[in-house]
Amino acid sequence: MSDILPIVMPKWGLAMSEGTLVSWLVPEGGEVNKGDEIAEIETTKITNAFASPNSGVLRRQIVKVGEIAPVGALLAIVAPTTVTNDEIDAFVGSFVVEVKDEGASGAVEREANFAGKKLFYKLAGGSQDGIPVVLIHGFGGDADNWLFNIDALSADRPVYAIDLPGHGKSTKDIASGDLGELADAVAAVVNDAGISKAHFVGHSLGAAVVFKMLEQHPDRVASIVGVAPAGVGPSVNDAYVSGFIAAEKRKDVKSSLQMLVADPEQVSAAMIEGIQRYKRLEGVAKAIQTIAAKTLPGGRQTSSFRDLLEKTNKPILIVWGEKDAIIDAAQAEGLSGKISIIRLPGVGHMPHLEAANTFNDRLIEQFKNVEANIR
Amino acid sequence: MQHSREFLLDCYQSMVTIRVFEERVHEEFATGKIPGFVHLYAGEEASAVGICSQLDERDAIASTHRGHGHCIAKGCDVHAMMKEIYGKRGGSCGGKGGSMHIADLAKGMLGANGIVGGGPPLICGAALTAKYLKTGGVAVAFVGDGGSNQGTTLESYNLANVWKLPVVFVVEDNGYAEATASAWSVAGSQLGRAAGFGMPGTLVDGFDFFAVYEAARTAIERARAGEGPSLLHIKLSRFFGHFEGDAMSYRADGEIQRYRNEHDALKIFRRKVTEAHLLDDFTLDAVEAGVVRNINEAVAGAEADQMPTEADLLTDVYVRY
Amino acid sequence: MPKKTYRQAINEAIASEMRRDHRVIVLGEDNAGGKGAPGEPDAWGGVLGVTKGLLPEFGEDRVLDTPISESAFIGAAVGAAATGLRPVAELMFVDFMGVCFDQIFNQAAKFRYMFGGKAVTPVVIRTMYGGGFRAASQHSQCLYPLFTHIPGLKVVVPSSPYEAKGLMIQAIRDDDPVIFFEHKVLYDVEEDVPDEAYTIPFGEANVTREGRDVTIVAFGRMVGFANTAADELKRDGISVTVIDPRTTSPLDSETILDSVSETGRLVVVDEAHPRCSMAADIARLVAEEAFHDLKAPIRTITAPHTPVPFSPALEDIYIPSVAKIKAAVQALAAKVPA
Repeated sequence: MSDILPIVMPKWGLAMSEGTLVSWLVPEGGEVNKGDEIAEIETTKITNAFASPNSGVLRRQIVKVGEIAPVGALLAIVAPTTVTNDEIDAFVGSFVVEVKDEGASGAVEREANFAGKKLFYKLAGGSQDGIPVVLIHGFGGDADNWLFNIDALSADRPVYAIDLPGHGKSTKDIASGDLGELADAVAAVVNDAGISKAHFVGHSLGAAVVFKMLEQHPDRVASIVGVAPAGVGPSVNDAYVSGFIAAEKRKDVKSSLQMLVADPEQVSAAMIEGIQRYKRLEGVAKAIQTIAAKTLPGGRQTSSFRDLLEKTNKPILIVWGEKDAIIDAAQAEGLSGKISIIRLPGVGHMPHLEAANTFNDRLIEQFKNVEANIR
Repeated sequence: MQHSREFLLDCYQSMVTIRVFEERVHEEFATGKIPGFVHLYAGEEASAVGICSQLDERDAIASTHRGHGHCIAKGCDVHAMMKEIYGKRGGSCGGKGGSMHIADLAKGMLGANGIVGGGPPLICGAALTAKYLKTGGVAVAFVGDGGSNQGTTLESYNLANVWKLPVVFVVEDNGYAEATASAWSVAGSQLGRAAGFGMPGTLVDGFDFFAVYEAARTAIERARAGEGPSLLHIKLSRFFGHFEGDAMSYRADGEIQRYRNEHDALKIFRRKVTEAHLLDDFTLDAVEAGVVRNINEAVAGAEADQMPTEADLLTDVYVRY
Repeated sequence: MPKKTYRQAINEAIASEMRRDHRVIVLGEDNAGGKGAPGEPDAWGGVLGVTKGLLPEFGEDRVLDTPISESAFIGAAVGAAATGLRPVAELMFVDFMGVCFDQIFNQAAKFRYMFGGKAVTPVVIRTMYGGGFRAASQHSQCLYPLFTHIPGLKVVVPSSPYEAKGLMIQAIRDDDPVIFFEHKVLYDVEEDVPDEAYTIPFGEANVTREGRDVTIVAFGRMVGFANTAADELKRDGISVTVIDPRTTSPLDSETILDSVSETGRLVVVDEAHPRCSMAADIARLVAEEAFHDLKAPIRTITAPHTPVPFSPALEDIYIPSVAKIKAAVQALAAKVPA
């Protein structure tokens, strides 16, 4: 019986209680390796490919296409061909859904002081002893953008996901709104959390923030990951930036968010509602206008860090979706070979959401390499 | 109280304006040029002017369906009023309100009101604003003897006294609620009602500007001093029907002519000021001539003005929708 | 994010607007409670405690208890609004509109139009509605259709704590008269509500579930019922869109028509009576504007054309239920397109 490996409904983020099985990517009888995408699962947030936690033969699909199953429910059985159907039946019959205690694996929320104002961040894997990872979302995002990454990345190292000023639950009181202010905010969290050195991962505008961090506090940086980064090219799609700022009605928010991903179907009602709720908060409109005016005015990027990235001896990884409609992946062209670049086909501006499993694997691999060299 | 010549001239001009305005509306209504329901104030001028001449733009009034006199006394533009009564685009309300809804909020005129008893609760609110913002303003609710029987009026007596609001309630008792005698329809007395709610009440001769002025002065001063509301029961008469077209078969033979002969507020005012040598007939005649010219111009302006267009139908419902 | 009840969300919205704008005042019967009585001040904070705590923070000048005299104090709120304040008045139960409706529909609603666009009357009238409290015929009605009928009024029917806070702040900042309907059964419902101020615009529907097969339009408390029905139906393979219009006036007809053009099937769920109601209004809208999108007849799930009964046995069948909503959706979904 120990050869029978259950595959259960994953829990992506605190809010997820159930998921819909959209499609099976591996047929019954097919071989799977750990990490292979075996199914597409839809949550209220987004549809995501689910990577198999086990290797073997997919002997049985328990949940059928279109069905909803709670977190922890049995989705499929992986077992060698030597295991009989009766044995599988018995296993399925006696399977008990285990719901993980949210407190044990879930992130905790913390608050840091930034020039008298509040910054919020999430910490997952606080008891791990690897070099910490600091995640910085992009323009208009928040710490929850790392929903599909935070658990995987925190398996071996603490992960901090920050709400930048003007975003999430952090202060909406922005001073200048430039990259310096945002990098100072990140430094304030790093100090508050007592982090001496970290892998800094920034998405889009957040990448420019971590490049700024590298410029101002190189001693704090173990490595840098820029995801669909600002800060390496001249332009950004202003239809998105201005459209996001202007969007009030649900359908405008929806069409704005659909520009972010290669497959517009991935934009769920909950994502739209989340952005609408954020944008309604007092101070947000002014904050994002101020930040955009300083960093991404009229489709331009005000700061380039290409020289810094070429000069630094810190390991740099760039992850870019080839169908990125916000910051063109072609902006990576001309960067020297010392900078690692991963281009993801069929992926838009949100590689960490759209190709979460690949993204997580490649980052973990990068962190391990960096840490091996440091030791 | 001693009044200046200028003040008396202003008051006379207001009263004459009301009279000439109403007489002219009566004539023009008969020709079919004026649509809808029109209720004329002629005969009651001393009440509106005796009270409103003591108010300024901090102070609010709420009027009745018989509102032209209150509007004029509170400073509304008679040219815009006439256009409004004609349903024209240049009217006080763009032709959307008509005779029963002329208002000028900037001047503290909260509107004539098509609902009998509609005004007193609103005036409690205006008084609350004045009290809360400490503007020193007072608020005056005009109702007729008919409106005095509405629950809204009696509830407002209670609320204004409970909250100690700077209000003056004015019951203009012209003897008839539509076609029903106030002597029959009002139980108890207006002053008894005031006493019942714990506020001062005064019976006033509504044909005598000076009597109205003095009674109102006491009530307004009391309100401004933060001592609460008062009630004025003003006895007067209307020279026309409840509405234009009212045959007034419920009134006594010769009743109106008797009032016109013996109780005309304008004639009484003129007699008093000339006998006291405060103003002379020549000056008063000149005021009247000026008013007649002005009202002639108002009528001509109203006749010449444009009607509202279809585009106006859908505007002004909301500030934003 | 902190969880707050519908009651707390409304209280927080009013308090934050009172801090922001000194022209905002609160008035109503027992909004503080205990006025002139020998016991403690702020004894009730509203009959169901919604305005509790406002008196100690803002004082008697801004939190006014009133006599039981709706005509006078609702009218006073209207008059105060027309002269520069931004009053939030409480008409305790909407059933009491009968004793003060003139001040709402003939005065507040019409000032702007009658006075040629020169009046601004920023009054909010809060009022409780809805069945489920065994409060019988004169304390349980859903009378928002009557107010929706009147041009010049805006009518808000919030369905949850998050919605209630954002819509109340919008109501207070809005320059038109707003009637704000609070369902008494929702007062203890909790959800995440931000501490910060935020506004939810009027006339913009919320899409609480997105599906392909059937569109449900629901109001107030019925939105939660519709969501539950939609979630349960999803397990049976029926995918349902749920639209919460949030405001019945203005009404976001565009979102409703867009959804019906995708699903071709419409169920309207309303706790109000069936005649001349929101259910009838939306059925009319869709019949007129989207007739050719329809694959099946429109269905309405409403209370019956009876007063609200007292006995729990009767009231429970009077109020639309999740089971009735599901049955209607299933019946529609089963219909094969012509």
